Amino acid sequence: MPTDTWVDGITPEPGVAKPDPILVVDGVTRRFGGLKAVDVDHVEFQRGAITALIGPNGAGKTTFFNLLTGFDRPDAGAWTFDGRTMAGMPAHKVARRGMVRTFQLTKALSRLTVMENMKLGATKQKGESFAVALLPPLWRKQERAIEDRAGDLLARFKLDNKRNDFAGTLSGGQRKLLEMARALMVQPDIVMLDEPMAGVNPALTQSLLGHVKDLRTQGMSVLFVEHDMDVVRDISDWVVVMAEGKIISEGTPDHIGQDRKVIDAYLGASHDAPTTAEEEQRQLAEAEAVLDAQSAEREQVQP
Amino acid sequence: MNWEFIVSRSLASAFGSDAAVFALAAIGLNMHFGYTGLLNFGQAGFMALGAYGISVTVATLGFSLWWGLALGAALSVTLALLLGLPTLRLRADYLAIVTIAASEIVRFVARSVSMREITGGSFGLSGFADEFYAINPFPEGAYGLGSVLYSARAFWVITVAWTLVALLALMTYVLMHSPWGRVLRSIREDEDAARSLGKNVYSYKMQSLVLGGLMGTIAGFMYAISQQSVQPDTYSTPVTFYAYAIIILGGTARVFGPVLGSMIFWALLSFTDAALRQAVGAGYIPTAIMDGTQVGQMRFILLGLGLMLLMIFRPQGILGDRKEIALDAH
Repeated sequence: MPTDTWVDGITPEPGVAKPDPILVVDGVTRRFGGLKAVDVDHVEFQRGAITALIGPNGAGKTTFFNLLTGFDRPDAGAWTFDGRTMAGMPAHKVARRGMVRTFQLTKALSRLTVMENMKLGATKQKGESFAVALLPPLWRKQERAIEDRAGDLLARFKLDNKRNDFAGTLSGGQRKLLEMARALMVQPDIVMLDEPMAGVNPALTQSLLGHVKDLRTQGMSVLFVEHDMDVVRDISDWVVVMAEGKIISEGTPDHIGQDRKVIDAYLGASHDAPTTAEEEQRQLAEAEAVLDAQSAEREQVQP
Repeated sequence: MNWEFIVSRSLASAFGSDAAVFALAAIGLNMHFGYTGLLNFGQAGFMALGAYGISVTVATLGFSLWWGLALGAALSVTLALLLGLPTLRLRADYLAIVTIAASEIVRFVARSVSMREITGGSFGLSGFADEFYAINPFPEGAYGLGSVLYSARAFWVITVAWTLVALLALMTYVLMHSPWGRVLRSIREDEDAARSLGKNVYSYKMQSLVLGGLMGTIAGFMYAISQQSVQPDTYSTPVTFYAYAIIILGGTARVFGPVLGSMIFWALLSFTDAALRQAVGAGYIPTAIMDGTQVGQMRFILLGLGLMLLMIFRPQGILGDRKEIALDAH
């Protein structure tokens, strides 16, 4: 459960200000033809917190992720990360600034070894420039330091016995672990996880959850998309709910669980769950009356 | 049948200048296709720029051959940038279409009537390689081992060409074991993943295109010098496909794949050529089935058959790793 107390006294409403936001989004829209996939007025994400981004299928969560990380361009809008404006910045620069993402469909680099996957994540590598690459003595020392750091991370993620295997040979869950570990090689300030638990077996889910919580312990901010409400309740400090491209609700996991708008968004606005036995009887009677009226109409049409 | 002759012809081809030239072109193509995943179908165009770079400089403009090397390289880099700027942001298949068209444009421009004053039109150019042969350190005579012998001039060409092959293979080895090469291979696997880790994918693809293209241009220099003439139709699309056949034969994304592939490719062509000719001459193959004039086509049919069998039984090529190929499937 969240250990922070910053959530106390924050009104749970869409676009509410946070005490120390790391990411502030204003008026971001993205259209696909006639569809407004993302239409976010204002939202702030707290530094050092785990924020869950939830919403029904097609709510625009992944598109929103793509926009923030430079993988897609918005039609309008701006956002700042750590006080610096980021709109229009290409994806690789976003990553170098310290905002690193993972993907819903895991992108392990199959024909690179696990260790190579990890080393790729390190930034500011001298040997990544063509001229320097030709002279190994110029980058060997840095390479060794990177390898040590990667080795430590692999040990933490229990992948160290796989370090020389091709990443393509890993199981689905191991790939998720590798992707997360690889993202940490970038030394990010915020980690954006797109459905980190999707397709992972329950045994590994616990371990992945532990790693996400570790990120917060180490001072990183986490924003993640998730469908499993148990997961959301377990690890997130704050929940942002999207539906039809808009932010419709914000709050602590407990608050969100009871928010009428959220339930409506997931189950459809016409859904009115009966709360008492009398209510249920009344609704049944209403529904039967409607059905009767319809069948009466049909009989009139076909005498 | 004279087997000693057939074998020595095959060996002479395996170590000959054509094998070295195609090894150079294939090393460049391996940089594109094998390591970066760029589908360049216009390697022949890059070779043509090298060949015309030196021949036009010497035969048309009257400058030194060495200036021709600079002109060829400059043309090659320009072509790579022109191809890359619009296409490298798009999906891989766009580059394939644009490169195949570009290499044909290079060829058609060179052979056009209006360019006859400069490129010699469809006749091409010759007599531009004297400076190269003037510095031949080998005195007249025959060089080689046993019955595999080369003239002093041919030996000078193959010495230089194989030295270049060694240098470019070494360069590829160093690059592919460096962080730079790691980024290229990650782009081949998944561009978006590379991007999400802060790599400027576009810039790396461009570097790969320019570098591999320059290697093709170096192959063009040596091809023109070894033949001492340049004809536009030498640089048509089959040349690119030979280079592809060579890297697939040798093993894609392997440093020595293109080298071994090229040697085997040319040895097999010579072997089938010599063997078929002798078989027809000795009457083992009746003229009702094929005659001596059909040997040229028949050897390519056999080579194609061999490549098909290779794809079935050893899809990773000679030096490839089967496990690595299996990972391709998903």
